[in-house]
Amino acid sequence: MPVLTGLNKEYVGVMHLHKEVPEDILRNIIVEKFIGKIRQRPPVKSAVARVEREREIYFFDILEVDGKDVLFKVGCEAGTYIRKLIHDLGQALKVGAHMSELRRTKVGNFTENQTHSLVEIRDAYEFWKEDKDETDLRKILFPVEYATMHVKRVFVKDSAVDAVCNGSPLYPKGITRIQKEIIRGETVAIMTLKEELIALGISKMTSEEMLKRKTGTAVRVDRVLMSRGIYPKWDKA
Amino acid sequence: MWLIKSEEEINPEYGKSPNDRTLEELINSAVIITDKHAGPTSHTITAWLRDIFNVKLAGHSGTLVTI
Repeated sequence: MPVLTGLNKEYVGVMHLHKEVPEDILRNIIVEKFIGKIRQRPPVKSAVARVEREREIYFFDILEVDGKDVLFKVGCEAGTYIRKLIHDLGQALKVGAHMSELRRTKVGNFTENQTHSLVEIRDAYEFWKEDKDETDLRKILFPVEYATMHVKRVFVKDSAVDAVCNGSPLYPKGITRIQKEIIRGETVAIMTLKEELIALGISKMTSEEMLKRKTGTAVRVDRVLMSRGIYPKWDKA
Repeated sequence: MWLIKSEEEINPEYGKSPNDRTLEELINSAVIITDKHAGPTSHTITAWLRDIFNVKLAGHSGTLVTI
């Protein structure tokens, strides 16, 4: 599911220009041609079809220029190839350029300062196991609901939870609260009244339809995240 | 922001708010954001984390986000 892969990204990187370019020319070309909607064809080594496609660059800042090396920061739509962006910029500048370093600094609202190294994680786990100290580990582990904060939500009655946990479709009569502006075919998060994430699904109705209709499939369950048995099985009688 | 279809009472008998999870419960359903050093693949890191925490399932969603 493109819940996390479809999010906007931010990167910091270094491009190497094949000849020095005056900084104002560099900035002007970027503003003219490489901010807003751009078109790019994925490179040879890519998982997607090599068809030219449109992507959006939200910002493209030059942080520092040192001869032919340029430190940049860019914010872009999911699926943007930064390597290709730099290559195309080099072409537009008529000198050629390639990306020499790249670091992703943001995925949606997840930022670098929420990250932990493997060593930190392992140590935090040991503190808990050996010393019963939960503090570090609780700073590292985010509840799964955090990963789907940006997904529109549908809240359901306790009587509907177990069925959804087993992959059954969600019907309108199981729904209590719907986020506005859900369209058909959108990824939605199915939540309990206590705000636990049960599953991710694809909406088959709009928010208004979910509110008004009594029959039909409201959401097709796609990925169940809650363990079975936490909520009881509800007999229809 | 919300369309209300029905009013329901919260039953304390089953389920709990995510904030009230025990650490064991959290481990089984958590998201970790790791800063992966160059070298090992995301797949390797995911396997390491699965082993450290001794859970059955772990997945990842590209660099910078591991589930």
